Amino acid sequence: MKYTTEFRNNEVAQALLSHIRERSRKKARFMEFCGGHTVAIFRYGIRQLLPKNIEMISGPGCPVCVTATVDIDKAIALAQEKGVIITTFGDMLKVPGSKSSLQKARAAGADVRMVYSTLDALQIAKENPEKSVVFLGIGFETTAPTVAASILEAQETGVKNYYVLSQNKLSPPAIKAILQSGEVKLDGLICPGHVSAITGAQAWDFIAHDYRIPCVVAGFEPLDVLQCIDMLVEQVENKQARVEIAYRRGVAPEGNKIALDLMSQVYEPAPAQWRGFGVIPGSGLKIKKEYRQFDAEEKFEIKAAPVDDPKGCLCGEVLRGVNTPLDCKLFGKVCNPESPVGPCMVSSEGTCSAYFLYGGNAID
Amino acid sequence: MCLAVPALIKKIEGKDADVEIGGITRRISLRLTPEAKTGDYVLLHTGFAINIIDKQEAEETLKLFAEMAEQVTE
Ligand code: SF4
Repeated sequence: MKYTTEFRNNEVAQALLSHIRERSRKKARFMEFCGGHTVAIFRYGIRQLLPKNIEMISGPGCPVCVTATVDIDKAIALAQEKGVIITTFGDMLKVPGSKSSLQKARAAGADVRMVYSTLDALQIAKENPEKSVVFLGIGFETTAPTVAASILEAQETGVKNYYVLSQNKLSPPAIKAILQSGEVKLDGLICPGHVSAITGAQAWDFIAHDYRIPCVVAGFEPLDVLQCIDMLVEQVENKQARVEIAYRRGVAPEGNKIALDLMSQVYEPAPAQWRGFGVIPGSGLKIKKEYRQFDAEEKFEIKAAPVDDPKGCLCGEVLRGVNTPLDCKLFGKVCNPESPVGPCMVSSEGTCSAYFLYGGNAID
Repeated sequence: MCLAVPALIKKIEGKDADVEIGGITRRISLRLTPEAKTGDYVLLHTGFAINIIDKQEAEETLKLFAEMAEQVTE
């Protein structure tokens, strides 16, 4: 496939690796924010190919994993309302809430449907005018504009039974929370490629400026990731801290202005609860007053009280990069993809799931 | 979840387009990339093109890679 296979070439990978090995002298710890990068790094065994002085850790970049239990409970409570159809991306179905999951709610009779796109959810609303169709809005900046687009489309086409439960989140505030806490020291950040396709590389300027940490935006093929690490090493060795792009075919410095405009037309930043972090100011997206007729929080009285995360589950620490799944006593035994305890084991891009699936590849 | 894959635009109809991904054709939305043209590759995420792939930038990156590989084999 064009723009895919060319970026998996083994000879180039070897060349990039030997360049990294030649150049890299200092001890350096790099975090990949995005779960997509976690999967690419584990799938291609990149951790083991790097020189010993480079340590890779995984960050909070999986929207499913960072969804708080209370938000899952809200979705399940909504699914139990009469005349409601819940539409959601597949990954959310198995995520355990405090007592149940959307999948279990569906087995018990709730109408929960998996969709591929927000426009499919809107289509379901059009086909079921007597029902209330709620889309579970999760995802970072990559996905949020597509949710905004569905709200605008609903308005333009006069759909009155389409609602969004907005649990969308912004990525930069989460990285800021990690850096401010000082729990982990980072020497470089692999910035999310498809979030940056929307926000532009400029979204990470504050990390380079305020925290003096090198930032490189990366794509998701093995050569993209290796090029990114090579560029990070270059900055570390030269004591620089800049924002660079190793994914120029997909990311412009200024991002996608149309998508950003759509987002700010429909949403305003609000505090949001993240698993493992608690409430992060300005990290959520609330539907603006002008569009409140599409806001599920306005339409329904949703009851769900904040709850503690499952006992023994280290998801929070894993998401903050403080622990690895191997530090979790439940990992692999009680908790596995068949019967996940935390969302980090459910999501295909969760760090626990990557450690489980890629076993030796994931473990340095 | 932020997965996006390259897709080739075959035909545009209003705000939507038919794209080809690995031999399969599917209908996607161009609402986030209204300037996309037939023959462009776009990054496809949950049914939406979120960006147009910059062909020139891709070629330049690949050229750089080829040069690096050559230096190593020399
Ligand atoms: S292995 Fe399971 S229980 Fe442990 S941190 Fe990961 S998701 Fe939570």
